[in-house]
Amino acid sequence: MSHTLLHNVLIPFLKGAITVVALGLAAGILTWIERRLLGRLQIRKGPNRVGPQGFFQWIADTVKLVFKEDIVPSRAEKALHLLGPLLLFVPAVVVLGLVPWGPELTLFGVTTPLHAAADLNVGLLLILAVSTIGVYGIILSGWASNSKYPLLGGLRSAAQLISYEVPMGLAVVSAILMSGSLSMVEIIEAQRKAGVWFVFPGLIAFFLYFVSGVAETNRTPFDLPEAESELVGGFHTEYSGFRWAVFFMSEYGNMISVSAVATTLFFGGWLRPFPNVAWLSFLDVIPAFFWFAGKVFLFLLTYIWFRATFPRYRFDQLMALGWKTLIPISLGNLALVAIAVLWGAAGLKVLGAVLVLLVAAGFLAVWIRPARPRSSTTMASPNVEVRA
Amino acid sequence: MSESTPGTVAQFPPLAGPPLLGLHEMELNFGPQHPSTHGVLRLVLKVDGERIVSARPDVGYLHRGTEKLFETETFPMVIPHTDRMDYVAAATNNHAYCLVVEKLLGVEVPKRAQYIRVLLDEMQRISSHVLWLATAAIDLGAITPFFYTFRDREVILDLFEEYCGARLTLNCMRIGGLPVDLTPGWLEKVRAFTEPFEKCIDEYEDLLTENRIWKERTVGIAVLDEKRCIEWGVTGPVLRAAGKAWDIRRALPYEVYPELEFDIPVGKNADTYDRYLVRVAEIRQSRRIVLQCLDWLEKNPGTEIRGKVPRVIKPPAGEAYACVEAPKGELGFHLVASGGNKPYRLHVRPPSFINLQALPEMAQGHLVGDLVAVIGTIDIVLGEVDR
Repeated sequence: MSHTLLHNVLIPFLKGAITVVALGLAAGILTWIERRLLGRLQIRKGPNRVGPQGFFQWIADTVKLVFKEDIVPSRAEKALHLLGPLLLFVPAVVVLGLVPWGPELTLFGVTTPLHAAADLNVGLLLILAVSTIGVYGIILSGWASNSKYPLLGGLRSAAQLISYEVPMGLAVVSAILMSGSLSMVEIIEAQRKAGVWFVFPGLIAFFLYFVSGVAETNRTPFDLPEAESELVGGFHTEYSGFRWAVFFMSEYGNMISVSAVATTLFFGGWLRPFPNVAWLSFLDVIPAFFWFAGKVFLFLLTYIWFRATFPRYRFDQLMALGWKTLIPISLGNLALVAIAVLWGAAGLKVLGAVLVLLVAAGFLAVWIRPARPRSSTTMASPNVEVRA
Repeated sequence: MSESTPGTVAQFPPLAGPPLLGLHEMELNFGPQHPSTHGVLRLVLKVDGERIVSARPDVGYLHRGTEKLFETETFPMVIPHTDRMDYVAAATNNHAYCLVVEKLLGVEVPKRAQYIRVLLDEMQRISSHVLWLATAAIDLGAITPFFYTFRDREVILDLFEEYCGARLTLNCMRIGGLPVDLTPGWLEKVRAFTEPFEKCIDEYEDLLTENRIWKERTVGIAVLDEKRCIEWGVTGPVLRAAGKAWDIRRALPYEVYPELEFDIPVGKNADTYDRYLVRVAEIRQSRRIVLQCLDWLEKNPGTEIRGKVPRVIKPPAGEAYACVEAPKGELGFHLVASGGNKPYRLHVRPPSFINLQALPEMAQGHLVGDLVAVIGTIDIVLGEVDR
């Protein structure tokens, strides 16, 4: 087999196929994890009948969805109605293809970087660009359904994307400044050189990125485009069967993508904690890929935890949060990071230490705050008084 | 549906808020199968973008002709029908109906029966309020309180089942008293639930009271001040959240309520958040009442649970009105008797129906996302609206 055929055709094809299949499987398994974890948080059991601990529930659900009748409303725009779910799904896969899952991998004597696609020198820019396309899928599905609730869902999604793409972009710029590169692999290598993950000096940027990411994946508390109690199903109200499943898979795919990018930018990708501290080198026993997957998994658990905790923002409050809170903060943070970068390596360390101390102090303040007194006669809030 | 439909609501002056553009109004049918209408309520909305220009409730999908049905049943046979009005507070409905017949009949209810009735009423209030909390929270996207409240509601329903054999449509009171005495050990079980229940209420509050998003979604939403509440006839927690300490249990006392210690929580801002606080505080007060009833019943074991009631109940011709403080507000029955063994006319004054009338005013000027909060904050049960 010629070298060109192997490296330019066969391996990329294999890696692409593995990514698509892995994403599908991960999205499915994630639905099971979400339901089990939510069950724990909400004092109930979750699926526990199909397979061990209900593990095959997601397979059963998939089979059910695939065999359900696929209904297209009679007055819908058929072509776009068909296209919508795919427009949402493809970007999720592409983004995942651009994230490095680990350093080079040697299998059967062939060495290849652990990427689905390539390590582009503008990788991060392409990720931002591609992930934005997903919203077309939502808007088009909402509009093509020719129904009012989906239309409102699509509009909400568009407004939401515009509000959160800006702080997300600005947050990402912090990582670019700190690493001096747009290439995903270089950003990870820069964190190895700096000795710490960028999350410490980039704590604010990471927070902004993750909040924006939650908003862009339409997850609680920002799940407005599909808010069930308001818009029935939002943009996917008129979808059923397999196409609905594609929406579902895309949402989970996007969650994985956002988590993977956050891991790469701020949590050192496949690096172990404190990559230049020698006595921690025993941690290298765990292969690089598992460090990466573990971090992504923690982010996904955070997503699920959010869902159990928060009510849903209102549409205008969500945009106010984006424009009036997150964008000013992200601009200020950008200036802060830029100054630290100008200062050099020491600047990043000082900034990181200060931010970590501030957060620790905040947690301590919450921890030692006296609990609100409650009894049967004193009311929970000064708003409410008691008359005998 | 055109504007000429009879029953169109009057135009109210727009509430404070961004001006309405009025360029592209869209008519949106909210319900009757919408997940957040708490039953088969249909709202015809005019929306400008997502802002509500007008909301018109269209009720009647569940109409069962209950009031007409009452006239075809003998007095004791009416009780199961009252269960089906506010089906999450069946005991309260039974109670209000029994009171009006007893009033006309001039029957004295034994003390023990009165205490048990009040005990059942207050347990019913707890279960109704926690169900409200569950659904109102889920309307605003918070799913976890739903499971916490249902955990506790299940226990109450189990206790009801042990007492009267039913969990939802209790049919647990009779004219002049109660159908059966308490089963042995039942009071201990109620106490075992009620005493630690305080901690469960704290859990609900931990999830919501200081939750930033919960406050943002509820503070200042659907304000209906005391004056407007009284003009609409709105009662219950919605009125009390507006600052008026009007509670039938204190204002027009019935049964043993004058002997019990409890407070009436009132709010200040008349908004959705205050209604939430008032209802949570009422759950705590109901728990207090339940404990007092338990104390009395344990100290006074006896068998007298039914007054002297004739075999065939035939109240003298005349009319009477009796009302109780249902979880949702004033629940009244107006009975007109002609001297026969069936009601000549029995009109119900259900709190949900009256409170629902204020919805157009409360919803106007808010966003579609707020509408579900507005529906939730009134605490309607459609069985009571379309009776």
